[in-house]
Amino acid sequence: MQQPFVTGTSCKPCAPNPWEVPGAKPFIQIEGVVKRFGAFTAVNKIDLDIYQGELFSLLGGSGCGKTTLLRMLAGFDNPTEGRILIDGQDMTGVPAYDRPVNMMFQSYALFPHMTVENNVAYGLKREGLPKREIRERVNAMLKMVELDSFAKRKPHQLSGGQRQRVALARALVKQPKVLLLDEPLGALDKRLREHTQFELMDIQDRLGVTFVVVTHDQEEAMTLSTRIAVMNQGEILQIDTPTNIYEYPNSRFAAEFIGSANMFEGQVQRNGKGSTFHADGLSSEIRLGDKTEVDHGTAVTVAIRPEKIFISRTQPENAESMNILPGRINDIGYMGKYSIYRVDIGGGRIMEVSAQNRQRHHESERTLDWDDTVYLSWLPSSSVVLTK
Amino acid sequence: MQQKRNSTFIISVLCFGFAFLYVPIFYLIAYSFNSSKLVTVWGGFSTKWYGALLQNEQILEAALLSLRIAAISATFAVLFGTLAGLALARFRGFRGRTLFSGMITAPLVMPEVITGLSLLLLFISLEEFIGWPAGRGVSTITIAHITFSMAYVAVIIQGRLSGVDESLEEAATDLGAKPFRVLWDITLPIVSPAMISGWLLAFTMSLDDLVIASFVSGPGSSTLPMVIYSKVKLGVSPDINALATIIIGLVTVGVICAAVLMFRQENQRARDMQMAASE
Amino acid sequence: MSADTNMDTGLEMGKDAPLQSRGGLRQLGNRLQSQWKRLVIALPYLWLFIFFLVPFAIILKISLAEAIIARPPFTDLLEWTEGEFLPSIYVTLENFQYLLEDDLYWLSYLNSLKLATISTLLCLLVGYPMAYGIARSSQTMKNILLLLVILPFWTSFLLRVYAWMGILNTHGLLNNMLEVAWNIGMALGLTDAPFEPLQIMYTETALYIGIIYSYLPFMILPLYANLEKMDFQLHEAAQDLGSKPATVFLTVTLPLSMPGIIAGSLLVFIPATGEYVIPALLGEPDTLMIGRVLFDEFFVNRDWPVASSVAIALLVFLVVPMMVYQHFQSKAEVM
Repeated sequence: MQQPFVTGTSCKPCAPNPWEVPGAKPFIQIEGVVKRFGAFTAVNKIDLDIYQGELFSLLGGSGCGKTTLLRMLAGFDNPTEGRILIDGQDMTGVPAYDRPVNMMFQSYALFPHMTVENNVAYGLKREGLPKREIRERVNAMLKMVELDSFAKRKPHQLSGGQRQRVALARALVKQPKVLLLDEPLGALDKRLREHTQFELMDIQDRLGVTFVVVTHDQEEAMTLSTRIAVMNQGEILQIDTPTNIYEYPNSRFAAEFIGSANMFEGQVQRNGKGSTFHADGLSSEIRLGDKTEVDHGTAVTVAIRPEKIFISRTQPENAESMNILPGRINDIGYMGKYSIYRVDIGGGRIMEVSAQNRQRHHESERTLDWDDTVYLSWLPSSSVVLTK
Repeated sequence: MQQKRNSTFIISVLCFGFAFLYVPIFYLIAYSFNSSKLVTVWGGFSTKWYGALLQNEQILEAALLSLRIAAISATFAVLFGTLAGLALARFRGFRGRTLFSGMITAPLVMPEVITGLSLLLLFISLEEFIGWPAGRGVSTITIAHITFSMAYVAVIIQGRLSGVDESLEEAATDLGAKPFRVLWDITLPIVSPAMISGWLLAFTMSLDDLVIASFVSGPGSSTLPMVIYSKVKLGVSPDINALATIIIGLVTVGVICAAVLMFRQENQRARDMQMAASE
Repeated sequence: MSADTNMDTGLEMGKDAPLQSRGGLRQLGNRLQSQWKRLVIALPYLWLFIFFLVPFAIILKISLAEAIIARPPFTDLLEWTEGEFLPSIYVTLENFQYLLEDDLYWLSYLNSLKLATISTLLCLLVGYPMAYGIARSSQTMKNILLLLVILPFWTSFLLRVYAWMGILNTHGLLNNMLEVAWNIGMALGLTDAPFEPLQIMYTETALYIGIIYSYLPFMILPLYANLEKMDFQLHEAAQDLGSKPATVFLTVTLPLSMPGIIAGSLLVFIPATGEYVIPALLGEPDTLMIGRVLFDEFFVNRDWPVASSVAIALLVFLVVPMMVYQHFQSKAEVM
């Protein structure tokens, strides 16, 4: 398979990724954790290791158990079964106020009756530190999040982005071993979110604190994380780097939840040359990558990402090495930098294809238009074979 | 926001309703300045009934007693009611929660005669068995008032807390504060306005209570409403008008001050938030 | 104490928390911290248990006891409690039987229920449009009107009822004003009969006026709270879909404000049923209302067992509306 770009996405290129080092000691160990609320199982037998300095994301839809898992790390909920170790220490029975972790709440949970300064100082006061040290650390932290001129303000006198930074400062000033972030950017508008994303990564990189982020936003998880755990119905489906999760999803859920994908169901057929795939209700066969390790006749789902497909008015020439399907354009969604084409490939099937709009819309000689007959083509190795 | 105008029907009902609510109050005020002893005939302006009121030792004594009972019972009602409201708003599952919330809401709607009778019978039984309370008087009235007004305080506190994000308290815990510290640093400051209004409500209700106090009071412990009741049962009397005017005046000034204060604070807050958002 | 495991973090903590090496006082502090939920609940729970629940048990007990009419109330109870030391307990339903047999009790129950029902409906009739009007006013107006509803609530209830005595009297404000109007009418030649003052005081009408007046704020406030939260875009949506204003009201507003209507109605109905002061001051001298009957039975006849059984019977009447109220309260709690 040709995947020249897939090498993991750590920000320190020289250091090996800790989860790839054999024998490396995980910083957070979640061992067989189950959480039930009455008859409802929110978290079902989760095992997970998170390493020092990671920016780890728990990604999933609402009710998938990601927040419950985070709250168990913080100590607000106790696992029904299993245990959690942080830095080798069993956290069972350790109350939230004694844990070496701090949390940034989704609502920020800034104390409305305290100034920014006092909000940030609150955790340090609980440690009983001398006043001078508290003041110095608070000032340094406020300077870092660029809020030193807002120290005397109350939370309601701040904008959303400023509040988010106060919440971050308040949690970080305690110098926790782990910072838990519950939808850290959820309450911000889109533009601010993008800016803050990079700020957050920058801070994490500078302080080297392990971040565990809960998010439902796949883009956010992709940009921020060293690794992502995709969760659904209380279980972890896949743990991997953002690139690998996107390019090599291991389940239908993961493939559909992160980005979009065209899905075909059918059977794998193996012969001398390699593997092909016979999709239900599709006349031609789809060639799969060489490394497909699925037995002949297995029922699988094949997923192809829209941007991996080329769309052209004329039949591509290298027909030998490509999968090619003819179709008719049903719908075009113009998104600015790219367009989404919904192409009818017969048999009541629609494939979604996205293509960059490299030329100005009306300047290109002939743009693709509704009802145009087109050819869709993609490399066999772009097809992802999913057994789950 | 687009505000639809109220229809003529609604406006006339509003006018009628408020007239209905306020005519008796204005009547009391106006006739407290009536110089005629015949309360139904206007005999010219006079403040002599206020003078008469100040001479009436029975009323003054009862008023002092009532104020004392109201202050003590309101304080305890806020203490217990705050704890109860906290438990209802923040502890989801504990054994006996249904009974607990039942005991909180029931006094709100319980007919006063039943509350009064049941408490009286309790006090008598207690006296039989443990010799306390010896007779009935200020202490039994205070206990009775604490019991029914703490329910109101609990409901106010619960209402206030359920509107407050629980993660505030979790955040404090997360930052290393132990439960009592969280209560002291976070929860209590947040509910303190509700505690103040709860105290005022408990205070007023205690000052206002006639039926329950009649059941559980003893000789020599007549509260202000009891004295007023025994007087007005015989008919309208002008010095009671004067008393009513004083009470109405105090309450009105108090309520308006509180409202203006709150209004100002809210406005300030709204301005602050607008400024913060535009920065 | 805690059924739900996510709440009882503190309960096991006492044993497992790493505090073996710390001093005794610290340990005690930690033990208290870990038990804090219990402490918070215990105080109000205990208070309400002793001063709210136990009294009802006592009422029930006495209602099942025999009355010894000739004796003063104290010995009455004492004798019964001494009887408890014997293996046999005297339980009698005679008092309840008595309630059934004597018309007085039936009539006063029915009369109380009738009065409370009519008053509730009248309160709703006046209160609903008022609450609706307040909810749809501008923000400033809303605050002012709400303040005007709450203000009487803070002033003495007794004195406000008393004010009506002065207004409704045969020679009271109302009749005085009517007389003036009548005299003007006479001067204009509209009538030549002499003025007959209206007899409102000490009638059922006066009683209704007093009850509605006293309980109107209890109707308006929950209704307002409900209507204020209502999204008036729903009305626009209903109109957009072709409903006339009356239909919008019947199909959208009214059903959605049902919780408010129920809460307000119960807040009026339940206390009105047991009302004592208003009938005593404004009603006919022999108005049969259960609150008065109970009061008199206890203080005038000194028949404690019968008074207690009257109270129990009243509770039985009210227990369903009370449960409904409780149900709505706890539902509002969840929302």
